Amino acid sequence: MAQDHSTAFVRTQEIPPAPPPPGETGAVHWIKTNLISSVPNAIATAVGIYVVYWLLSGLIPWIVNGTWVTNNIRECREVLAGSGGGCFSVLTERYAQMLFGFEYPSEFYWRPSLAFALLFFAVPPALFPMYLPRWMLIATGLYPFVAFWLIWGGTILTPIGALAGVMVGYYAFTKLDKYGFAAALGGGVVGAWVVWQAFGMIAGGMPGFIALEAVESRNMGGFMLNMILGVVCVSLSIPLGIVLALGRQSSMPLIKIVCVVFIEFVRGVPLITLLFVANVVLAYFFPPDSNIDLILRVIIMITMFSAAYIAEVIRGGLAALPTGQYEAADSLGLNYAQAMRLIILPQALKISIPGIVNVAVGLFKDTTLVSVISMFDLVGMIRGPILSSTDWAGVYWETWAFACILFFVVCFGISKYSQWLEGQLRTDRH
Amino acid sequence: MKKTLFLGALAATTLAASGAFASTLDEVKARGTLNCGVTTGVPGFAEPDANGVWQGFDVAVCRAVAAAVLGDGNAVTFVPTTGKTRFTALASGEIDLLARNTTWTFSRDTDLKFEFVGVNYYDGQGFMVPKDLGVSSATELDGATVCIQTGTTTELNLADFFRSNNISYEPVPIETGSEAVQQYLAGACDVYTTDRSALAAQRANFETPDAHVLLPDVVSKEPLGPLVRHGDNEWGDIARWTLNALITAEELGVTSANLDAESGNPEVNRLLGREGDLGAMIGLDAEWAKRALAVGGNYGEIFASNIGSETPIGLARGLNAQWKDGGLLYSPPFR
Amino acid sequence: MTTLSDPPKSDFRIGMLLSDTRYRSYTFQFIALMAIILSVSYLVSNLLANLDRLGQDLSYEFLGAPAGYDINQQPIPYNSQDTHLRATVVGAMNTLIVAFLACVTATIFGVIAGVLRLSNNWIISKLMSVYVEIFRNIPVLIWLIIIFTITANVFAPIAEFRIPRDGSDPARTLIFGVMAFTNQGVFVPRLTFDAGGMFVFWTFIASIIGIFVYKSYVKKHLFATGKELPFWLPALAILVVPTLVMYLVLGRPVGVQLPEMGRFRFEGGLQLRTSFIALWFALSIYTGAFIAENVRAGILAISKGQTEAAAALGIRPGRIMSLVVLPQALRVIIPPLISQYLNITKNSSLAIAVGYMDLTGTLGGITLNQTGRAIECVLLLMLFYLTISLLISLFMNWYNNSVKLKER
Repeated sequence: MAQDHSTAFVRTQEIPPAPPPPGETGAVHWIKTNLISSVPNAIATAVGIYVVYWLLSGLIPWIVNGTWVTNNIRECREVLAGSGGGCFSVLTERYAQMLFGFEYPSEFYWRPSLAFALLFFAVPPALFPMYLPRWMLIATGLYPFVAFWLIWGGTILTPIGALAGVMVGYYAFTKLDKYGFAAALGGGVVGAWVVWQAFGMIAGGMPGFIALEAVESRNMGGFMLNMILGVVCVSLSIPLGIVLALGRQSSMPLIKIVCVVFIEFVRGVPLITLLFVANVVLAYFFPPDSNIDLILRVIIMITMFSAAYIAEVIRGGLAALPTGQYEAADSLGLNYAQAMRLIILPQALKISIPGIVNVAVGLFKDTTLVSVISMFDLVGMIRGPILSSTDWAGVYWETWAFACILFFVVCFGISKYSQWLEGQLRTDRH
Repeated sequence: MKKTLFLGALAATTLAASGAFASTLDEVKARGTLNCGVTTGVPGFAEPDANGVWQGFDVAVCRAVAAAVLGDGNAVTFVPTTGKTRFTALASGEIDLLARNTTWTFSRDTDLKFEFVGVNYYDGQGFMVPKDLGVSSATELDGATVCIQTGTTTELNLADFFRSNNISYEPVPIETGSEAVQQYLAGACDVYTTDRSALAAQRANFETPDAHVLLPDVVSKEPLGPLVRHGDNEWGDIARWTLNALITAEELGVTSANLDAESGNPEVNRLLGREGDLGAMIGLDAEWAKRALAVGGNYGEIFASNIGSETPIGLARGLNAQWKDGGLLYSPPFR
Repeated sequence: MTTLSDPPKSDFRIGMLLSDTRYRSYTFQFIALMAIILSVSYLVSNLLANLDRLGQDLSYEFLGAPAGYDINQQPIPYNSQDTHLRATVVGAMNTLIVAFLACVTATIFGVIAGVLRLSNNWIISKLMSVYVEIFRNIPVLIWLIIIFTITANVFAPIAEFRIPRDGSDPARTLIFGVMAFTNQGVFVPRLTFDAGGMFVFWTFIASIIGIFVYKSYVKKHLFATGKELPFWLPALAILVVPTLVMYLVLGRPVGVQLPEMGRFRFEGGLQLRTSFIALWFALSIYTGAFIAENVRAGILAISKGQTEAAAALGIRPGRIMSLVVLPQALRVIIPPLISQYLNITKNSSLAIAVGYMDLTGTLGGITLNQTGRAIECVLLLMLFYLTISLLISLFMNWYNNSVKLKER
C-alpha cells in the first residue's frame, strides 16, 4: 500500500483566541446569567431591586435631610418640619457620653482614646504572626498594662507591679515545669502573688509616683465600657479557658469532674442570670463589709462565662491535634507540663484562634446586657440618661443607628479577620 | 490590667476583712465619700445633667447627709440602682444610704431588714391618660391597657385597685421610665401609672403636656423616704436627723441665706450648733446641721429648686407642705 | 532466652506521692479536693455571716405566698391572688412558648436565607449576605429594642380602630374582617372549644399522625414492589375527612371567635402582644442569620461529586436535592442548629428588656423585686435554664449518635 501523505496544509502557528461571541461577555451577558436566567430568577431580581429601592428611599432622605446642629429635640422638630430627615444633632451633642459614659472626666477623654489607638499597634502582632516580626509581640504583652494605666490612672507602679508579677510567675512556671505541671502552676501563682503583694505595698506607699489622675471604675461608661469589658474579659478568660480545657482532658477524675461541671453549668445558663448573680447575689459571698464594686463583679462573672466557651474551643483544638504529637512529646522525655507548653498548646491554640475570635465577637456583643443591671454602657446610656433626658426624649432611630454602626464596624471587622485566618489555616494543612 | 484587677480584688478583700464590722459612720469617714444609691434617672428627683453631675430632690438628701458627716456636699459617690438592685446594694454595704423614691412599707422595714429614716416626699400612685380618651376616673378603665414601670410597689397596688373595683385591665410591664413613656406616647398603652410626682415630672417633658391629664384617683399611699440598713442605729440617727434638720429649718425659717444671722430662737440656735451639743450626741461636730443646710438650703428650698412650681416639673407642695400649712411635714423637735 | 522482667515491686514510700507518677495524681487530686472544700466553705461561711448580719435566712416559703401582681399573657389561668409559684410556672411556660416558636421561625428564616445566599441570582445572594452580616454583627439586645420601638411607633395606634365617641366610623377596621395589626399587638381569631370540642382536636392530631403512618407505608410499598402509590391526595383526605366527620357528628363544637372592638381594645380573639412579637421576631431574625450560615456551610460541605453521581444515575434534579444532598447536608447542619436552639432559649431571657413576662420577668423580675429573695430566685432561675439546656444537649448527643456514619 502506498503511503501517500500528501498534506495540503499544516498549520504551524496557533490561531489567536477568538473573542467570545457577542452574547457571552460584558454587562449584558452578566445580567443574563446572574439576574434574569429564567422567569423565577427574573421575578426574584425584580423583588430584590424593589427591596433595595424601598430601603434606600427611606434611608437617603433621612440621612440627607438630617440636621446636625440643633440643641434639643424640640428645635430639631422645628428645623426638620416634617422633611423626613433625622435629628442627628443628638450625636453631635451627646457623642462623648455615648462613647465614654457621663461620668468620665471630659478633660481625660484623650486617655481612653489613646488606649484605643494603641490597640491597633498591640493587636496585629498577635493576629498576624506570619507577617510581623516576633519581637513586636512585646507590644501586645505590654498593652494591657499601658491601657490600664491610661484608662484608670493612678501611679505607674501599679501596672509595673502587675507586669512584674506576671513575668515572675511565668518565669517560675518555666523553671519548675520539669517537676510537673501542678508544681509549675503552683510556683507560678505563688511567685506572682508575692511580687503583687510587694508592689501593692510600694504603690500604696507612694500613690503619687508618676501618676495620672485616678478615675474610678464606676465612672466608666458608654462604648468604652463595652470595649473594656470585651477586651478584659476575653484576655482574662483565655488563660482560664486553657486551664479548664486541660482539666477537662485530664486523667484525674476529680479534676475532670470539676471542670466538666463548671463548663456545662456556665454554658447552660443565660449570661443575664450570671449578671444577676454579679449584681444581687455575689455580694453575699464576699466577706461582710467588703466593697467590691459592680464593674469588678461583672468582670468576674463575664470572664467565667467566656472561659467556659473558650475552654470548649480549645478542647476542640486539643482533640484535633494528631496523636503523633503527644507521642512525639512523650518520646522526647518531656513531662506533661513541658509537653503542653512546648509542643501541644502552641499548635492547639493556633488551630483554635478562629474559634476563640468567634467567641470574642459573641462576648463583645453580649457586653450590652450589662445595661439590664443598671450599668451605663452604650445601650444603657441610650436607654437611660439620653432617652429619658428632657432634651432628647424621643430620638430613637438616630441613637440606635449610631450604636448599630459602632458595633457593626467592630464585629464585622473581627469576624472578617477570623474568616481570613481560617482560610490561612486551611492552606497550611495541605 | 487583667491581673491587677484580680490583685485589687484580693487586696480589697483582705483590707475589708481586717476592718470588718466597723460602724458605717467610721467607714464613711475613712473612705471620705458617702455612697448613695439613687435611681437611674427620674427627672427632678435624680438624674445626671449634661455635665454628668447628679441633680434632683433625692440627690439633695444625699448631699445634705454627706455635708453633715464629711463637711462636703460633693463628697458623694452616686450609685445608680434599679428596682431590682437597690435593696441588695444597700444590704451588701455597696451603698450607705438609699435615697431612691422608695416606698416605706411594713415588709421592707421588717422582712428585708431596713430602717426608713423618715419621709421626704408623700406621694401616691396615680394614672395619666390622654385627654382624648375621654376618661375622668380610673374606675372607667375597664379593659384598658396599662403601662407600669416594674420593680416598685406599683404593680401590686395596681392589681389590688383593679381587683377591688372588680374591673379588668391589661398590664404592660416596662423596665425603664423612658421606655414606659415611649410606649405610652405611641399609644401602645392607654394609661400610664406610677407615682403622681413622677407622672407630673415626665409629663413636663412631653411635646404636648396639655394633651394628657392626671386622673384624680390616688390608689395608694406612697411615703417615699431614704433608708439605711438595720442594725447600725447611730448611722440611722444621723440620716434621720439630717432629714429632720432640713424640714425643721424650713419650719423655723432658716434658709441657706440666713444661716449666719443671729437668732433669738433657742431651737434655731440648737439646730445650728450655737447652743447645746446636739452634734456630739450623734457622733458629729456642732455645725453638722448648718453644713447640711448650706448645700441646698432647707426642705422648702430644695423642693422649690428641683421639683417646685417654678421648675419644668411643676409640682405643688400639696401633702408635702409643713404641718402648719396643712401638709404632713412634721419634724420632731430639736432639743 | 530473655525474660521480660516486671518492674521492681518496691514498697510504698511517702516520697512516692510526689516522685512517682502513679501516685502523684492522687496527691494532686487530694490537694485539689482540699482547695475546693476550703474555698466552698469560705464562701458558705461568708454567706452565712452575711445573712446572719442582715438577719435574713434562706427559704423558699415565699413561693407559697400570694404573688399580688398580674401577668398579661397567661397560658394557664392566673390572677394576682395566686402564689408566686404559680406565677413562676406561668413565666416558665411563656419562656418555652416564645423559645419554641422562635426556633421554628428562625429555622425557616435561616434555611431560606442560607439557600438563597447560594442562589445564582446576584442581587438576591447579595441581599442575603447583607442580611446575614448585619444581623450577626449587631447585638441581639439592640435588635430587640429597635424592633420593640418599631412595633410601638410603626404599627397603627389602637386608637384608630376605636369607634369614635361621636359614633362615626373608625379610621381603621379589621383586615379581611378577622385580624388587626396594632401597636398593642396583633389580634387574630381564636378557636373556641365547646363540649366535645377536644374530641375534634384530638381527631385532628391523630389524622396528622396518620399521614406519617401512611407515608411510611407508601415508602415500604415502593421498596417492596417498585410501584409508587399516590401520596398527596390520600394524605389530604386523611387530614380532612375524619376531622370533618367528627365535627359534624358532634354538632359543630368548635367555633371561631373573632376579635371585636371593646371600649379600649379588641376583646375576644387572640392577642399576640407587641412584647411577644418583638421578642419572637428579634430572636428569629437574629438567630436566623446564624442558621443561614450553618445551612450554607452544610450545603457547601457536600461535594459536587455527589450531585454529579446522582445525575449520572438518572435521578431527577428535585430528587437529587431531597434524596442525596439534603440527607448528607443535614448531618452537618443539625448539630450547630441545635446549639442555635439552645442559644434562642437562653437569649429569650432578654424578654426583660421589652416586658415580656417570661421566667426572667416573673421569677427573676417582679417576684425577686417584691420578695427581695435574690439568692433563692436567681438559683431557681439558673436551675430552670440549666435543665432545659441539659435536655437539649442530651437530645443532641442522641441525635449525633443516631446519624453517625455507620461503618460496616
